[in-house]
Amino acid sequence: MDFQVVVLAGGTSKKLVPLVSKEVPKALLPVANRPVLSYVLEQLELSNIKDLIVVVEGADAALCVGGWISAAYVDRLHVEVATVPEDVGTAGALRAIAHHLTAKDVLVVSGDLVSDVPPGAVTAAHRRHDAVVTAMICSVPVSGLSEAGSSGAKDKTKKPGRYNIIGMDPTKQFLLHIATGAELEKDTRIRKSILRAVGQMDIRADLMDAHMYAFNRSVLQEVLDQKDKFQSLKQDVLPYLVRSQLKSEILINGAPQGQQAKENGNDKVIGEANHLSGYNFSAQNNIIHPSAELGSKTTVGPHCMLGEGSQMGDKCSVKRSVIGRHCRIGSNVKVVNSVVMNHVTIGDGCSIQGSVICSNAQLQERVALKDCQVGLGYVVSAGCEYKGESLARKEK
Amino acid sequence: MGAQKKRAAAAAAAARVSEDPDDLARQPLQAILLADSFTTKFRPITLERPKVLLPLVNVPMINYTLAWLEAAGVAEVFVFCCAHSKQVIDYLENSEWFSQPNFTVKTIESHNIISAGDALRLIYEQNVIHGDFVLISGDTVSNMSLTQALQEHKERKKKDNNAVMTMIIKKSKPSPITRQSRLGTDELFMAIDPNTKQLLYYEDKADHSKGTICLDKMLLAENPSISLHNDKQDCYIDICSPEVLSLFTDNFDYQHLRRHFVKGLLLDDIMGYKIFTHEIHSSYAARIDNYRSYDIVSKDIIQRWTYPYVPDVKFCGNRATKLERRGICFTAFNSEIEQSRSAQVGSFTVIGYGTKIGSNSKISDSVIGEGCTIGSNVLIEGSYIWDNVIIEDGCELRHVIVCDGVIMKAGAVLKPGVVLSFKVVIGERFVVPAYSKVSLLQQPTVHDSDEELEYADNSSGTVEFSSIQGTADQSNGEMTSESSEAHKPKLGTGGVGYIWSICEGGQEEEWRHSVAPIPEDKLTELSEAMDDDQELVTQDRTALSTSGELISDSNASEGDDNEDSKDDSVYFEKEVEATFLRAVEENVKVDHVILEVNSLRLSYNMTSADCAGAVFYSMMKLAIKTPHSSAIGLLTLYPSPFSMVASNAYPIYLSGELQQNTANIITTWQKLLKSYLLEIDEEIEIILKFEEMCLESAKEFSPLFARILHILYDKDILQEDAILRWADEKEGADESDKVFVRQSEKFIQWLREASEEED
Repeated sequence: MDFQVVVLAGGTSKKLVPLVSKEVPKALLPVANRPVLSYVLEQLELSNIKDLIVVVEGADAALCVGGWISAAYVDRLHVEVATVPEDVGTAGALRAIAHHLTAKDVLVVSGDLVSDVPPGAVTAAHRRHDAVVTAMICSVPVSGLSEAGSSGAKDKTKKPGRYNIIGMDPTKQFLLHIATGAELEKDTRIRKSILRAVGQMDIRADLMDAHMYAFNRSVLQEVLDQKDKFQSLKQDVLPYLVRSQLKSEILINGAPQGQQAKENGNDKVIGEANHLSGYNFSAQNNIIHPSAELGSKTTVGPHCMLGEGSQMGDKCSVKRSVIGRHCRIGSNVKVVNSVVMNHVTIGDGCSIQGSVICSNAQLQERVALKDCQVGLGYVVSAGCEYKGESLARKEK
Repeated sequence: MGAQKKRAAAAAAAARVSEDPDDLARQPLQAILLADSFTTKFRPITLERPKVLLPLVNVPMINYTLAWLEAAGVAEVFVFCCAHSKQVIDYLENSEWFSQPNFTVKTIESHNIISAGDALRLIYEQNVIHGDFVLISGDTVSNMSLTQALQEHKERKKKDNNAVMTMIIKKSKPSPITRQSRLGTDELFMAIDPNTKQLLYYEDKADHSKGTICLDKMLLAENPSISLHNDKQDCYIDICSPEVLSLFTDNFDYQHLRRHFVKGLLLDDIMGYKIFTHEIHSSYAARIDNYRSYDIVSKDIIQRWTYPYVPDVKFCGNRATKLERRGICFTAFNSEIEQSRSAQVGSFTVIGYGTKIGSNSKISDSVIGEGCTIGSNVLIEGSYIWDNVIIEDGCELRHVIVCDGVIMKAGAVLKPGVVLSFKVVIGERFVVPAYSKVSLLQQPTVHDSDEELEYADNSSGTVEFSSIQGTADQSNGEMTSESSEAHKPKLGTGGVGYIWSICEGGQEEEWRHSVAPIPEDKLTELSEAMDDDQELVTQDRTALSTSGELISDSNASEGDDNEDSKDDSVYFEKEVEATFLRAVEENVKVDHVILEVNSLRLSYNMTSADCAGAVFYSMMKLAIKTPHSSAIGLLTLYPSPFSMVASNAYPIYLSGELQQNTANIITTWQKLLKSYLLEIDEEIEIILKFEEMCLESAKEFSPLFARILHILYDKDILQEDAILRWADEKEGADESDKVFVRQSEKFIQWLREASEEED
């Protein structure tokens, strides 16, 4: 397949502080006890795509990610890790690695995508329509995820709301309108010329862009070259291409390669994808690693996950939560709706609700947390009570 | 206050009608048939005969509508007659419609009604509508079944008392080139909720200059999915709840059913009334709105899309005709046709009783009425010839409408799109130019605005009508001879009638609505224009986003907004300019001008800086336009302490005079300008505006920039702070931007020094 695959793994996202840090870039953040990047890489592997470029923002993060990939996927994938400066945005990242891109089409996947849609489906649809862009679009995950069967790993999943306004033709194959970000707050403007061409457009506010795109490389590079202010694929490049479709001939004429493009530039696949938040593993209601040790009268409810080598004391109760590897949890601990990463020590009598606790953190006795994030290696001293706070070590 | 009253009244009305829903359900279905379209699209024919009585495939249009209503299960029809009401009533009285079992036709007559809104208000006052009713105009042809739509309407109504209307729509994609449907109506943009079928947005009089449709953000917030349609046609068949009538009464300014009523309901979020749509797929429904739809619907009838309302099936008011199959197409004949052996009657043609056709004549795709006499060697193609028309030998008719009693002398030619009204006589060998309309009546004087024309004309129509009756009753004798003398040259020898000059709506648009097919060259012209359009848009876009003037990083998304706000500000500027010029011409007081500009500012939602800019712009424009009366160098009149080089090709005396003009205008109107200069920002805006003008629209000023700046300073319009700040702002700009700063360098320096001295 003449496809090049670019995985945009990001860097240390500011949005996710304190969950991410220099030691744990976003790509390696454990989701259900696996680094989030592994979901994408494994999907790609399943689709038999083994040559890929992983783009990481920042040299430190690149080092971590590169190290992890070479350890985990040695002999399985041929991965090239490219480093780009921080804050260049997704479009900037592609611009920076443009010289690596040579294939006819480029598949760009966000590194934080958790999806069961095979990337091969996207590339196939892209080829089938000879499209300029193919974007994967999925329905917005329902905010009541806790009932749906997975833990609220990220707070952003809690935010109900609209991600995109998307217009498609009735056959759901052509993407005709997309609005993101700040545009959502304004009145929607639809170009009449596009509407005239299709006759009917379905506008949906309950769909979202799943950040998996197949681009025609020459068009993509030309857009990136011409619009040097475009920073984000999602907010700038894709809407621009969607808007200028049906006029794409004009656009293409200016291209140095002078390639032919089909008139109807932009196609799309509708796949029922699960984004980062919506990973489903509830086939078995709870997954407890055989090496985990549970004390007496300790209950692990449905929709839970317990990593290898974790120990739990007596009379604990775990509901709708994920607990990582080698955690030591004392007695009388309540964990509800939370994520506890690896090597976390939790003292007796703690109560954790709706919180995320990063690796190597330590919770001393009788700590009560509600809707908190505890950063890497942070120590919460005995008897503290926090609500809705972010706790992290001071940056050195 | 008024709105409150309205609401209270509407609530009361709603309460009244919903008193006994069970009782309502048992009500027989009623219909309101508007026997007047309240438009002037069928002029000049409609000056003499009401539109609903015009023959459509030899049957008056109203019969199609009434026959359909009867078949659809309507028990009682109120025919609302306005223009030519006597003719309509007479016709109905003599027809069989008054004697049908289970189907009552009642007429309501009024003469001083000028719109559909008025008609509905009058019907409301009469208090005859008791339940759901069908609202339709008498020029609609349909064969759809109402059962399902009616049931949907009733069920919705039961659940939601605000669902007051169900509109019937049908799929029909407008041509992308002409941007009109096959029925000749403007393209229609609708937004419909795909689940509930609620109508959310309706735009029929599309503003072609706007390239986008603007959906309110609230719409999307409330509905997760919306279907935008450009491929639907409004059939103008509405199922209404009785509230609709009271709504018309409450909102006395509603005139047009779609433009006012539908839009009014969609925009009004206080009462929350809802309109729903019902799409029909296999059945037929179309309204005859203009000549083109007359042509298309006639063809549909002949091709039997409207079955059972077709020429060979007897429904009220027509005589069954015999079909003769010719291959796959057919021609409808009536018996008693005298047809010469050598005459060729082609496919899709209907010929009425007692019509004679001479030898070697060719007729195709046409409808010919009763009692016509067609000579030999006549060519008739795609035309509609009504009753008792005499066409002499050798005439040619292509895509025309010829009304009753017309006489075409030998060899006359009608070009495509011609309409001959009643009893017109075309002289021998006369060629009637394309798209002309010929009538015995003179064209009424032109009205000022379109809107007025549409609504005011019907009253005048009735007045005229009586006079016509008078003249028409007279035998052709004196009256015709008189007019033929006066207008002999116009329609050839022996011709009678006036060719109406095409001025309403402009010649340009004539081809859109005529019976003739759209000429090839128009199509190519339009499609070229469309390409240009698109190119322009793209160029604009790239220009916008590459110039780098946009601050936001998502500059492309800004493009759309810019386009629109740009539009707005351009309009605003134009309005201000017009206001200002009028003020100058009519010597309006400055205070009044300020008021007017203020109101413009409010309606366009502009800031006072925009106002200042626009006012200044119009003043400068005026200065350029003011005739250069004298050619004497006036440079010395405004001696400035700085010698500047008029670096341009403009002759020095001209710029001197321009400067003088400018100075005069600024002096006269300084009060106006000052009223918008509240803060220093507005003053800077003026300087920027001036700079822009010098670069773009009014390059004449560029050599004078510094001097006019000085005048503005002298007149206390600009403070030195503003000028200095402007200069500072420009400090970091490109070289090309600094031309004017450089030009006024000395002045600025002088200002700086002066202020230092003060300190």
